[in-house]
Amino acid sequence: MPEIIKDRAIVTDDWVVVRLDEGKSVDMALPQGKLIVPLSMWLSRRDELISRGEVGVWLSDTDEPELVAQDLHLFKVVAVDFPKFAVGRGYSTAALLRTRYGYQGELRAIGDVLRDQMFYLARVGFDAFSVRPDRSISDALQALNDYSVTYQGSVAQTQPLFARVNRIAADERQNGS
Amino acid sequence: MYQYDEYDRQIVRERAAQFKDQTRRYFAGQLSEDEYRPLRLQNGLYIQRHAPMLRIAVPYGLLASKQLRRLASISRKYDRGYGHFTTRQNLQLNWPEVARVPDILEELAEVEMHAIQTSGNCIRNITTDPYAGIATDELIDPRPLCEILRQWSTFHPEFAYLPRKFKIAVNGAIEDRAVTYLHDIGLHVLKNQQGELGFRVIVGGGMGRTPVIGKVIREFLPWQHILSYCDAILRIYNRYGRRDNPYKARIKILVNAIGPEKFAQQVEAEWAHIKDGPTTITQAEYDRVAAHFKAPPYANLAAVDAGFEKSKKDNTPFAKWVERNVRAHRVPGYAAVTLSLKKPGLAPGDCTADQMDFVASLADQYSFGELRVTHEQNLVLSDVAQSDLFEVWQKARDAGLATPTIGLINDIICCPGGDFCDLANAKSIPIAAAIQTRFEDLDYQHDIGNIEINISGCMNSCGHHHVGHIGILGVDKHDEEWYQISIGGQQGLSASLGKVIGPSFAAADVPDVIEKLISVYLAQRHVDELFIDVVERLGLELFQKAVYGERTRGGRVAERKVANA
Repeated sequence: MPEIIKDRAIVTDDWVVVRLDEGKSVDMALPQGKLIVPLSMWLSRRDELISRGEVGVWLSDTDEPELVAQDLHLFKVVAVDFPKFAVGRGYSTAALLRTRYGYQGELRAIGDVLRDQMFYLARVGFDAFSVRPDRSISDALQALNDYSVTYQGSVAQTQPLFARVNRIAADERQNGS
Repeated sequence: MYQYDEYDRQIVRERAAQFKDQTRRYFAGQLSEDEYRPLRLQNGLYIQRHAPMLRIAVPYGLLASKQLRRLASISRKYDRGYGHFTTRQNLQLNWPEVARVPDILEELAEVEMHAIQTSGNCIRNITTDPYAGIATDELIDPRPLCEILRQWSTFHPEFAYLPRKFKIAVNGAIEDRAVTYLHDIGLHVLKNQQGELGFRVIVGGGMGRTPVIGKVIREFLPWQHILSYCDAILRIYNRYGRRDNPYKARIKILVNAIGPEKFAQQVEAEWAHIKDGPTTITQAEYDRVAAHFKAPPYANLAAVDAGFEKSKKDNTPFAKWVERNVRAHRVPGYAAVTLSLKKPGLAPGDCTADQMDFVASLADQYSFGELRVTHEQNLVLSDVAQSDLFEVWQKARDAGLATPTIGLINDIICCPGGDFCDLANAKSIPIAAAIQTRFEDLDYQHDIGNIEINISGCMNSCGHHHVGHIGILGVDKHDEEWYQISIGGQQGLSASLGKVIGPSFAAADVPDVIEKLISVYLAQRHVDELFIDVVERLGLELFQKAVYGERTRGGRVAERKVANA
């Protein structure tokens, strides 16, 4: 079974991401099991998907998070797809899902997910990562520790450094005054 | 200036370690070229024509003498003993080895420096007025807020992979010396009727392929809110900026596409959600950072130093240098000295390792150990006592740093161009050299007066040609280098973009063309009119006639414009 990183650990994963490539349409026959469906499929087959039980949805880099804002309580997983690791719109999508729309369930990065972006991804609210299969998932896990200090607030840590710690004290220590 | 605390130090150390590992994986074949590229760019590392280029951040242009000494030693140890100061107040090394760049970053971290976000599609080095803290027209010292912005922008997780690069400038004085109207975000200080300080927010300005003067989207933003407001602007840009075409990806294209009013509404709507959140700058944080920028221990000096006045009378070259390279200071008896990096025969902005060491000792001896880099690619000793100016001049002259041409025709802004840069269409340094040779005569330069010639080797406009009173742009035509010339651009509060005068020229013709433009100015000027004033009053026609008059092809262009006028 495939593995993902979730809550800073490598775990097996039984969710299947349904993609509409190769001429498939939203009406395609769905396999059994836990599915993460594309937004367009969710919007057109909502009732049916709810009746299947546990369901997840994924947003493309251009899908607006507003479109699922009212439905977030229905999902076990929300995923955001990165078509290319350097295409960064999904970072704002994630931040909005977490802060504006209050989504607290699993938020998973899928697609071109690589270790050198993981630290940023985690800070905007992703807690699950489907690392690109040709790369080592255990290496990627380490990247969550790339930095021990961050300046600005984020989803993961809403207070900026200046509000979290007493930097004046640090400064005084340094100057010995 | 700002001193790192343990948190700042930790961050630059961890950055150096991260990049060391990324570079190791790249050489081990574990990171593809495409995957490594944005990582190295966000550490300032380009792969260039002859060699890699490393752009080292000089946050808002401020350097301590020990940092400049480290830059000198790095340029000797890892490069060819010189560096190039840029229009973003940074320093570029032209010949480092990729494999050794992580070591350079470690050495930089030791003196509280880095190359973070000096390139790539992220928030770049914040720039400001080189006379911050000493200018007589200053309302707020912009440096504390620049430092607060630097920290906010460093590894901002939501905006590390933007559609395109993003540049922010802050100006704290009445006059704009930070080119705020030509940045992705320009913050220009204002005092409202209640006497509170805030900023006019200008968005979507920029040079490059599509030069645009920025639009004001908010007249007054209290200073406490600049981070959250920038967050709102960047979030709109990150969501709706174009990613399909890199030439259409800057925020200016988005602002123009939806219109500044609608863009402003979107920003305000976004800001309404995050305003007054944890990102709001607290007075305590402002005070903490501002304490690093408190005035140095100035001596109590007379407003006018008699010895200095006498030296000016006795020594004409010194007086000329003072006239051009020394600037008023708000503290009596002090002055700011511009050390020129525009000596003819050297590339504008270039500085040797020996000169860096020398400037560092000048700063230590005469200017409280600090200096600034200007976007005009010179260095400034910001706090020199008038009584020391003669000595400083003598020493600077011996080191080749006292060319008395600040603001004159030979104080050319110039990018590295085709000699070094992979993006360039044409060389720019030899063009600057040819112009400097043509206008070598100092009296001639003084007669011409204040004028800005800016040269870029390509549309990316690193040489700011769009805002040059005379702008020169290298273009590629059928694999040959040509130069398009514009006039009437300017920086400052009445920023404007230059207009192209007509067809391009071969390199050899450029000095002649410049001289013809100057001759029109000299013939037409009224008392006290600068070149830019005459261009504004008369328009392009007379200049075009002078330049293209005797050239058949150009002549027709000029005549047609006359006929249509």
